[in-house]
Formats: sequence, C-alpha cells, structure tokens
Amino acid sequence: MNITYNLPAIGTQLVLGAGVILVLLADLLTGKKNRDVAYQTTLTVLVLAGIICVMKWGSAGAGFGGQVFGDGFASFFNLAFLAIAFLVVFNSPNYLKRNEIDHGEYYMLILIAVLGMTFMSSAGDLLIFFLGLETMSISLYVLAGFHKSRARSNESSLKYLLLGAFFTGFLLYGIALIYGQVGSTNLADITSYLAGSANPLGGYMGVGLALLLVGLLFKMAVVPFHFWSPDVYDGAPTPVTAFMSAAPKAAAFAAALRIFYDPAISLGLPWDKTLWIAAALTITLGNFAALAQSSIKRMLAYSSITHAGYLMIGLAAGNELGASGMLYYLFTYGFMNVGAFTIAWLVNRRGEGNYLLSDFAQLGSRNPVMALLMSIFMLSLTGIPPLAGFFGKLYVFSAGVKAGLIWLVVIAVLNSVVSVFYYLRVMVIMYMREEEGLKDLEKAPTVAITAILCGLVILLLGLFPGPLLDLARESVLSLL
Amino acid sequence: MEAIFFIILSIIIIFSSMMVILKKNPIASVLFLILALFSTAAMYVMLMAPFIAAIQIIVYAGAIMVLFLFVIMLLNLKKINEGGAVTLKILGVIVAGLMMVVTAVVLRSVAIPADSGFLRSSPEGFGTVENVGMTLFTTYLLPFEIASFLLLAAIIGAVVLAKKKL
Amino acid sequence: MLQTAIILAKIWGVLLTLVSLAAIMTWVERKQSAVMQDRLGANRADVLGLRIIGLFQPMADGLKMFFKEDFVPARGDKFLHTLAPMIAFFPALLTFAVIPFGDVLRIGTLEIPLQIANLNIGYLFILAFGGLTIYGTVLAGWSSNNKYSLLGGLRAGAQMISYEVVLGLSLVGLIMVFGTLQLDIMVKKQGELLFGFLPAWGIFLQPLGFLLFLPSAIAETKRVPFDLPEGESEIIGYYTEYSGMRFGLFYFAEFIEIIVLSAIMATLFFGGYQIPWLYAEGFQFPWGWEWNLPHLLVVILQIGSFFAKIAFFCWLQVLIRWTLPRFRYDQLMRLCWVNILPLAVLNIVLTGLVLMILN
Repeated sequence: MNITYNLPAIGTQLVLGAGVILVLLADLLTGKKNRDVAYQTTLTVLVLAGIICVMKWGSAGAGFGGQVFGDGFASFFNLAFLAIAFLVVFNSPNYLKRNEIDHGEYYMLILIAVLGMTFMSSAGDLLIFFLGLETMSISLYVLAGFHKSRARSNESSLKYLLLGAFFTGFLLYGIALIYGQVGSTNLADITSYLAGSANPLGGYMGVGLALLLVGLLFKMAVVPFHFWSPDVYDGAPTPVTAFMSAAPKAAAFAAALRIFYDPAISLGLPWDKTLWIAAALTITLGNFAALAQSSIKRMLAYSSITHAGYLMIGLAAGNELGASGMLYYLFTYGFMNVGAFTIAWLVNRRGEGNYLLSDFAQLGSRNPVMALLMSIFMLSLTGIPPLAGFFGKLYVFSAGVKAGLIWLVVIAVLNSVVSVFYYLRVMVIMYMREEEGLKDLEKAPTVAITAILCGLVILLLGLFPGPLLDLARESVLSLL
Repeated sequence: MEAIFFIILSIIIIFSSMMVILKKNPIASVLFLILALFSTAAMYVMLMAPFIAAIQIIVYAGAIMVLFLFVIMLLNLKKINEGGAVTLKILGVIVAGLMMVVTAVVLRSVAIPADSGFLRSSPEGFGTVENVGMTLFTTYLLPFEIASFLLLAAIIGAVVLAKKKL
Repeated sequence: MLQTAIILAKIWGVLLTLVSLAAIMTWVERKQSAVMQDRLGANRADVLGLRIIGLFQPMADGLKMFFKEDFVPARGDKFLHTLAPMIAFFPALLTFAVIPFGDVLRIGTLEIPLQIANLNIGYLFILAFGGLTIYGTVLAGWSSNNKYSLLGGLRAGAQMISYEVVLGLSLVGLIMVFGTLQLDIMVKKQGELLFGFLPAWGIFLQPLGFLLFLPSAIAETKRVPFDLPEGESEIIGYYTEYSGMRFGLFYFAEFIEIIVLSAIMATLFFGGYQIPWLYAEGFQFPWGWEWNLPHLLVVILQIGSFFAKIAFFCWLQVLIRWTLPRFRYDQLMRLCWVNILPLAVLNIVLTGLVLMILN
C-alpha cells in the first residue's frame, strides 16, 4: 500500500498535537498552584501553529492520500480558529482565577478542541471530518462543564453532551449510508459519484446526505436544531462561551462548505430549498428571542443563532460570492463575539449565572475605553457600515440576491433592522442609564488588550475589507 | 447455512434490543444489551471480520457494559419510574410509528446499484488481524492518530469532571 | 463425518481432562497448604478403608456439593442467581479451545492438529471470553440481595476490569515479537533456537512481559494475594450467599481458571508443547548429537511436556497463594495503574525499538 503522507499538509495540526502533549507535561511538572507555564506554553503553541499556517498558506497540497488538504481554504479557517483561541486563552487566567477554576487542563482542552476544528476544515475524507468533529465536541463538552461547583455549568455540559451524542448518531448514520452507496468516504470519490450518477440522490445517497446535514446544522445551532445553544452558552464559563459561539460554528460551516460546496456548485443539488426554510426560521427565531433577554450572555447566545442564520444564506446561495462572504463573515464574527463576551464578564458584578444587561450601566463614564469597544462590537454585530460586520452581511446578502433568494434576503434585512433594537440597547444602557452602587472595573490588562485587539481588527477589516475578501475568494477557489 | 445463521442471529439481536427498552428492570436491560452486542460480534464473524468481532466482545461486551452494570448497581435502580402523561406516550408511539413507516418506504423503494459499497465482496483475508493492522497503520494512519487525541481529550475530560479536587 | 468425529473427540478429551485436572487441583491445594502450614491435610475421605493420600477428597467434595441445600436468598434475583455461576464457569472453559496442546498428529494420511480451534485472532479470543467472567462475579454479588456480596461483586468488577487492561498490554510486546496472535504459530516459533542453543521461548524474548503478565493474570483469577473480591476470612465477598452446586461452580471455575492460566503461560512464555531441541524427527542437540524418535512418541512427549508445564504452573500458583498475604485495595489498584501499566507501555516501546534496530 503506497500512500504519500505529505506531512506539511498537516503542519498546523502537527504543531497543535505536539503542543497538547507539551502543555500536559508542562502543567504536570510545574506544580499545583502555578498555571503560568501551561498558559504561556499554550499561547506559544498557538502562535507557532499560526506561523506554520501562514508560512504554508495554501501551498501544502493534499496529504495522506487525499484524506486531508493543506489548501488555502484550510489555512484560512485554521488561522481563524487559532486567532480566536489565542484571544480567548489570552484573557482566560483572570476569569479562571476569579472563579477558582484555574486548572491546567483548561488550556489543554482548548488546544485539543482547536486541533479537532483544524481537522474539520481540512478534511478530505468523511472519516477525518467525523473524528475532528468528535475531538472538538468532546473537549467542548468538558469545557462547558469546567465550572464544576456551579449547577448551571454542569447542566450546560450535560445538555450539550446528551444532545451532541444524539446528533452524532444522525451524522454517523448519514456517513454510513453514504459509504454504503459510494463505497468510499473520500470526498473526491463522493463528488465524482454524484457527478457520474444519473440520479445522484437516488439510493441511500439522499437520506445519507440529509442526515449528515442534520448533524452539521446541530453544531451550527440552526433552527430547528438550535434548542441546546442558549442554555449551553449561558451555563458554560464565559471565555468558553466566547470560544464556543465563534470557533465551533466556524468549523461546522467550514466542514459544510468542504462537503457540500463542490457538489452544490457543479451539480446544482436541490438543497437550497431546505436551507432556505432553515435560514429564514433561524434568523427570525433567534432575533425575536434575543429581544426578550435581560442577560447579556443569553442575548449574545440568541444573537449567535441569528448570525448562523445569516450565514446560512451564503450556504443556500451556493455560489462563490456566498462562500467567500461566509469566510469573511465567520472570520470577523469571531472577533466581535470574543470581544463582546470578554467585556461582558469583566463588567459582570453579580457573579456567574447573573449576567445582567444593567451591569453595563454608566460604563461610558466608568470606563470610556471599554464602553467604546463594546459599542464597536455591538454596532458591528448589528451591521453598521464602516465596521467589519457590515461587509460580512453585505457579501452574504448580495450572494443571496445573486442566487435568486430575494425573499430570504428581504426577511434577513428586516430582521437586521429588528436586531438594532437589542444591540443598541446595550449602548443605551452604557451611556444613559444611571444606577446606584457601581464599582470600578477590575484592572485586567489582558482583557483590555484582548478587547482592544478585537476592536482594532473589526475596525481595520471594516475600513479595508478588500484584502481579506480577496483572500477568502482565493480560499474558496481552492475548494473546487 | 449462512442464511440460517443470519436469520437466527438477527432474531436474537432484534429481540434483545427490544428487550433493552421494554424491560423495566435496568439490570435486565443491561444484560439484554450485552446479549445484543455479543450477537453482533457473531455477525461480524460471519462477515469475515474476526478481529472486529473480538474487539467488539472485549471492548463492548467485556468492558463498557461492566461499567454500565457497575453504575446501575451503585445507584441501586430497582425499577424505572414510569413518568410522563399517557397522551405523551401515545404521541410518542404515533411519531415513532410514522418514522418507521417512512423509513421502511424509503428503504424498500431503493434499488441498490451493483457497484455500490453495500454489495462489494470483501477480498481474501479481509478481516484478519494482519490486514486490519496493515490498513490501520498505513492508509488510515491519520484517522488513527486523531482518534488517539480524541481519547486523550475524553480521558482528561473525565478526570477533570469527576475528580473532586484537581 | 470423520472430521466432525475428530473435532468432537478433541472437545471431549479436553473437557474431561480439564474437569478432572480441576478436581485434582482441589486436592493439590489442600495438600500444599497442609504441607506449608505443617498440618495433616485431606486424609479422611476413604472408600472401604482405602485412603490413598486423600485422593478421594475431591469426590467427597463433589458429593457434598450436590446434596447440600441449594439456597437462594429471599428477594434475591432467582434467575440471575442461577445464571451467575454459569457465566463464571463456561467462558473459563471456552478459552481452552484455542490453546494448542500438541503439534500435528499424523495417522496415515490423516493430519490432526492438536488444538480445538485455530483462530486467526488467537489470544484475543482468550481475552474476549476471559473478560466475560466478570459478569459472573458482578451478577452474583448483585443478585444475592446482600450488601456485602454486592460490595464484593463491585470490588471484583473494578479489579478485573483494571487488570484486564494490563493483561492485554503486557502481552503486546510478545505479539510484536512473534508477529501473530495465532497461538499455534507462536508455539511453532518457540521451537526455534536463539544464538544456536537457547530455545526461543517467550520468557527469554520478553522477560519483562512475563513479570508483568504473571501478577496481572493471578489478579484476574481473584486468588490471594488479589482475593479482595472474595476475602473469605474477613471481608466477605460476592459468593457469600451461594451454596450447593451453584457455589460448586464458582469453586470449580476458580480451579479451571488456574489451569487455563497455566496453559496460557506455558503456551506464550514457555514454548507450549515444545521440548528444547526436540524436533519432528527427534532430538537434535546443539552440540551435535542426534536421536531419532518415531512420530507418535514425539507427539506423546510433546503433549506430556505441555501438561507437565501446566502442572508446574498450577503448583506455582498454589505456592504463591499460600505464601503471600493479601493486598489492601488501594495497593491493588496502585500496583495495576501506577506500577504495571507504565512498565507494560515501556515494554512495548522497548520491544518496538529493538525490533526496529534488528530489522
């Protein structure tokens, strides 16, 4: 059996994998009280992996006989995962110490989750995709319950685990049926089977693909498979929530593009109709639920459902603009969410499980910089022009128009208008509401740096969206 | 001959799987699950995959189910409380029945093409330890390694969640 | 037809041998303990005044078990209470199916391999069925409706599950060396010579593997020093509520396990039926002597050597059982997970390295 391994194709993953072991050992050897070494090692590993990722950008080719790809698409997403993970890890020690859950395993689990995601984005085989997904999910189940002494955190972990396992069943059954029909789990084989078949969705193929899609929609938290996400996001430790709302979602979308983009483009499979309904429902439901929230964490959880809905438009459009728009959107969305969640836990004053919007009262005068950054994140999430969030939406919506999904885009735009209400409410509270008994914010330089970095990225990518979009377009081209 | 074995095994598997959910005593459910897993192993032997069959018994019937039994004994669950309203149950039966009808219709209407993976016969020495090992460590080396990280995450995760004091 | 008859004959032969060996083992155990503790053992059972050093004792035991009251605790699970000893007993018997007790026997043109089933998965079969005996103990503990039995059953479950891991891992090195799981090939390879004179037995190839395998295997049989599940003298174990023949099955299963374990050790580490320098044609000593023997004699010698090895290891286990004190439970677990497991992994790595260098 001759198989060319081509290790550079998984360069990023190799660094991450070695990093996992390194962090585990470092934490074991450097004593019980001090997590600094694990923390620093994790950051170093993430940076190193990022450097490898950029150095090998799109040039590594296929590895392991077409089971993984080191193409531009993979590099794009891997960089996004690494950046999100870096920002989350960077400001975590503060939170972990505040809540007395400062354990080295936290860093290792985040690294393993990122490792799983990178395999999802670079999978050329359903087997790799599935293993990547499970690696990511298992780490996230644990991370969601990392705050062991809190019942809500346990609930979050348990709900995520049970539902995740349930939907993994769908996914795996879908993969099994596809394998039965095609005789291979390789994506290239599946695509050529679909292209060569007179009735591509005949046999078990249609059922298989549908079940696979259901599994993916669950991870994206798209209606009707969204019900887990508010509770899970709410109960998980906040940095983990920031991570979960950004990175796994991007990974699921990456995998969806990997698996479905090529067949959808070249064969015109009738999948946009299914996605049409899912997208419309997701956007509307997420939006109106977010309106009613008094907790910033839950509000952002529902908002992330809505954003998954917007992204679905790009998926449903099934054209190049849609896909590259999604890449841009996912990349920038990660920064907005991490920034917003980070400020949210810094501002929170009633302890975990009580993230009230009213905690933001007078932030404008208490800490103008943080208030300004929070405003940027909120405006960007709304999609106000010079910010990155606007361009993400713009590209995805125009792809939808181009694909003829006019009514879907109309629904999305109307919902965007509704969303102004709850995003701007945060700003109103920050600048206009008066409240008694407010304290100064804890001094946390890492949090400030994280928020400033996120804000800068959003601002810069909003002012100069061109380069990133070009990169996204190039990456999408490597999919075909 | 093979068909007879297949039918007998299928009946055992389906019967014991049904008993898993029908029995009210959790211990009995676990025992029927063991029986189902064990018979599945026999099915693997018929499919010329002795290695997978042995692993099925060692891992599922021999190890995982012992832990199931363990937990149930420690919790001392005698009978499962029958919660839920009658309407819910009826609804559940209707929904499950409909699902079954839909699935049956879909699966029956399908003509399996001759070149599909369902009908491909396995090559000589397909499921032997040597061949499984060879395939696992060459063609499927990467999935194998990813699976090891998956298990690492699961082990660490279990310790993190279960241990009182880290 | 002839083939079926041969297979049936082999199965019956092995079964009868195993059961009678187990019966003799009960006597050996008593005698050995008596010798070691300086007392007179098992010498009362007599038939018409004939005692022959207590060899009638196993029969008396059997009779006693058959006629004792067969008791099921109130509110215990009657069905499982009956099933448990069977689950403990039969897998132990089954594992012998893959063990070769001799080379191929040739009668005219007929070739009879002296092994019931020659499976590709070989050793995995033993692990698979050996692992099922756990259910016997755990269910026995649970179905007795007795707290102490339940705790004993749980102790047994935890212990056997833990030691099953190292039992498998400690042998990986050996499997790497032989490159197969098939026990008959393993034994054949052990008929070769190392450096021209040393028989290539597993013990010489994998000394560390054997040292790790022995305690793990004894722990799997739940005998002293690993007898915490049972702890007959004070902590009480999973078959407290058993009597009569149901208890007899547990009792018997333990001895069958000892024999099977000895057979496995002989097969994997001590050349199975091989006698050093004995080949199909006869003895060929490394210093040049040759001594040709007829085929039938060679086969008989080989079977004899196999059972001699089994007898030796049975005796060794009885010796260990009456020599060592019992572990504490945390020591037992620590031995498994902290001491044996890393060493087993180390053994695998070292074996891999050596094999890589040799190739």
